Amino acid sequence: MSTTNYIGKPTSRVDGPAKVTGAATYAAEFQVPNMAYGWVVSSSIAKGRITKVHADEVLAIPGVLQVFSHENVPSLAWFDRNYKDDVAPGGSPFRPLHEDKIQFNQQPIALVVAETLELARYASAVLRIDYEEEKHETDIEAKRDEGFEPGTGKSGWMPPPPPRGNPDKAWAEAEHRIEHEYVHGAQHHNPMELYGATVEWRGDKKLTVYDKTQGVVNVQNYLTKIFGLSKDDCRVINQYMGGGFGSGLRPQYSVFLAVLASLELKRSVRVTLTRQQMFSFGHRPHTLQYVKLGTNPDGTLAALQHHALHETSQFEEYTENVVNWSGMLYQCENVKLGYQLAKLDVFTPQDMRAPGAATGSFALEVAMDEMAVAAGLDPIDFRIRNYAEQDQNAGKPFSSKRLRDCYHQGAAKFGWDQRNPEPRSMRKGNRLVGYGMAGGVWDATQKKAAAKATLTADGKLLVSSATADIGTGTYTIMTQIAAETLGLPLEAVTFKLGDTDMPEAPVQGGSWTAASVGTAVKNVCEALGEKLLKLAQKMEGSPLKGASLDEVEFVNGQIRLRQDPANAVVLRDVLQASGETKLETDSSAAPNMLKQANHSMHSHNAVFVEVEVDEEFGTVHVTRVLNAVAAGRILNPKTARSQVLGSIVWGISMALMEETVMDHQFGRYMNHNYSEYHIPVQADIHDMEVLFVEEEDDIVNPLGVKGVGEVGLLGVAAAITNAVYHATGKRVRELPIYLDKLL
Amino acid sequence: MLHPSTSSAAGAAGVAAPPPTGTVRLTINGQQHTLQIAPWTTLLDALREYVHLTGTKKGCDHGQCGACTVLVNGKRINSCLSLAVMHEDHDITTIEGLGSQSTLHPLQQAFIDHDAFQCGYCTPGQICSAQGLINEGRAHTEEEIKEHMSGNLCRCGAYAGILNAVKEVVDAKSNEVKR
Repeated sequence: MSTTNYIGKPTSRVDGPAKVTGAATYAAEFQVPNMAYGWVVSSSIAKGRITKVHADEVLAIPGVLQVFSHENVPSLAWFDRNYKDDVAPGGSPFRPLHEDKIQFNQQPIALVVAETLELARYASAVLRIDYEEEKHETDIEAKRDEGFEPGTGKSGWMPPPPPRGNPDKAWAEAEHRIEHEYVHGAQHHNPMELYGATVEWRGDKKLTVYDKTQGVVNVQNYLTKIFGLSKDDCRVINQYMGGGFGSGLRPQYSVFLAVLASLELKRSVRVTLTRQQMFSFGHRPHTLQYVKLGTNPDGTLAALQHHALHETSQFEEYTENVVNWSGMLYQCENVKLGYQLAKLDVFTPQDMRAPGAATGSFALEVAMDEMAVAAGLDPIDFRIRNYAEQDQNAGKPFSSKRLRDCYHQGAAKFGWDQRNPEPRSMRKGNRLVGYGMAGGVWDATQKKAAAKATLTADGKLLVSSATADIGTGTYTIMTQIAAETLGLPLEAVTFKLGDTDMPEAPVQGGSWTAASVGTAVKNVCEALGEKLLKLAQKMEGSPLKGASLDEVEFVNGQIRLRQDPANAVVLRDVLQASGETKLETDSSAAPNMLKQANHSMHSHNAVFVEVEVDEEFGTVHVTRVLNAVAAGRILNPKTARSQVLGSIVWGISMALMEETVMDHQFGRYMNHNYSEYHIPVQADIHDMEVLFVEEEDDIVNPLGVKGVGEVGLLGVAAAITNAVYHATGKRVRELPIYLDKLL
Repeated sequence: MLHPSTSSAAGAAGVAAPPPTGTVRLTINGQQHTLQIAPWTTLLDALREYVHLTGTKKGCDHGQCGACTVLVNGKRINSCLSLAVMHEDHDITTIEGLGSQSTLHPLQQAFIDHDAFQCGYCTPGQICSAQGLINEGRAHTEEEIKEHMSGNLCRCGAYAGILNAVKEVVDAKSNEVKR
């Protein structure tokens, strides 16, 4: 019997007590001595140049320390490459306060630093800026014909595969055909915590930077390259993050400005953005998609064409995989995929939860529903007829794929057989009832990561890695992995993260943290176990003498023989007998390319939705959602379920509420606050269920995990759109589905 | 935020210095604090930046998200929409005053048990709001809780857990916290 098996068990968050009591300290909350406050001034025009910053007027206010702008910023690194962070897209990164040029509305153009927060805010509000305005273009509709194919793109981006078969001819000759455009506007991540940084000046250009980021290593690299600091003198820390969703993958200008001010003023500085300024950087791009589908008489896909055009900034080419998924989710011999960007006077878009796939799966999966209707097929039956047994884009088999089980188990549990296929055929009182479904595919990725483990004589294990926990549950799952690997009770294990003094880990994104850091933690604990076994064998009368690592197991705080568990040594005694006060090991983990090269590795899901639509008012209520997910091994069903529930809420939001509305006259987002940028509240959320379909996979990584942070969002908006069609007979192809679209 | 542009009428005469700071006495979690602050300092900023009680969170500074919810004389308020100076004679309770890691309040324990948060940033506000709701006597049914907890946004989407946590803690009959 083992009492130290934790992997796969629903485990409460180990950081829970700190979070529910307010003891968890976020970046802009650290108290450091002699701190000044910076307040960011944002441009009120979209394009042009600054002709004058009237800094002298506010510098006259007692307590105002400095106004930083392009007029007085010291010369910093010159080359673009110094400003390129680890996940930057192609192009020239934005350099805050670098020049008089305004490239987007709400561009940070000055930082007012004062002795108190109140003074900094007041002075920034009365700081006069003179501009020379130029004509801007913020409307992608005006750039429909100016789309271009991106160059290099960012790491992880793949240009669409070349066409296969004869997609135009096959579509023209198909038995049934559909072709439509699908659109959604810009969306902003809007994590609850505002971006902010507390920079502690430790004297002589030595800084400790508490920054809100999904990757402390990325921020450290960025800052050291720009400000010419050594890594030893620029420690970056982020232990808790109040939500990221991709917005913290790239370093924000808040940390740049706080560091700049700290170095110039030689004192500690805190900069926190406002909610309005949370709309001044990356976002999910406004995207126009065109899908053409055709079927053969037997309900198989004859042709599939999917083209996407989305915005990017004038200075960077932001890329995400929007259409590629369409070439791999269904079996089809005639496929054409296209992907283009259009440059607008906006800030560069940024990865936002399931970037590209959330967008692409909306268009493809609504189109699939339309195609099923046109071909007279049930949408699940239609998908199963076109089930992809291999990844046709890559010409490789999947390492594992249990999407069929997602369809079957999900449909059964949801009660899909209660659905009358006829639109407008189901109702409850004055509400029309609709059932809809959709699904998606997401990458299962492992990145190189490192970890360190230290066992002390009191039997406590400390494991660390410079990764992040943006709310995903990293603290908890790493504690589970470490405890189980070394057979220690959960309470004896502490996992620490978010500090550049720790072994390097990638940014937390792409759903790869569990696979990447999890494998590193497993490896480092195994390496420590090997050392422990050697020490245990040196103990007097050791019952483990001569045993190989394979012949022992680490369970219940002991090392014991697998064949004869009575022959055991207590872990705590091993260290004490050795005379050492602690035992320490470093290790890293990288993907096993030999194993992975011949496979396509992905997670999948199928979403089932019930909506009720008020016939007179057109209001949509998502009354029931079931999300069936096949994502390999689930390390912690409790926290994994929360991630998928959160994704469902995000999908409801995407379908019915979220849209950052641009006023093209001013080139400025109009609803840049929490009151007008709508996301669901408690009363908007009803029954939700998560179903994890069992999936074993020993190819993706030694833990068999695929990650669950993003896959759950796929298809949710499409399933709601399809349910709304089923309820009302009205097909909406532009999100969000406001009630006017149903009246 | 509005930023004056070229046409601003402020002119070259310079800008007025703001009024001086003053003394404000606050009772927070049963403890007296004497602060020297600008009169327009919000209760939220006073708590976070001057008393260093950072459990109370800033999510919007405009009363739109509820992250800054605290209890003033038992009533829940958005501390970002209230000036510190208005609360000199009041009894202010923040998340730090409800319970600690060694002695969790039942709501805090229930939030952990139901995984009613992910990033944890809205959590102190949710918990204070739930306590305020219970104090109001309006937490009898699921529908009541859902409606009256809708002033607290959660971007991670932990609403199901939050609802279950509050439901578990409130006695539906007495509308009081089960201890």
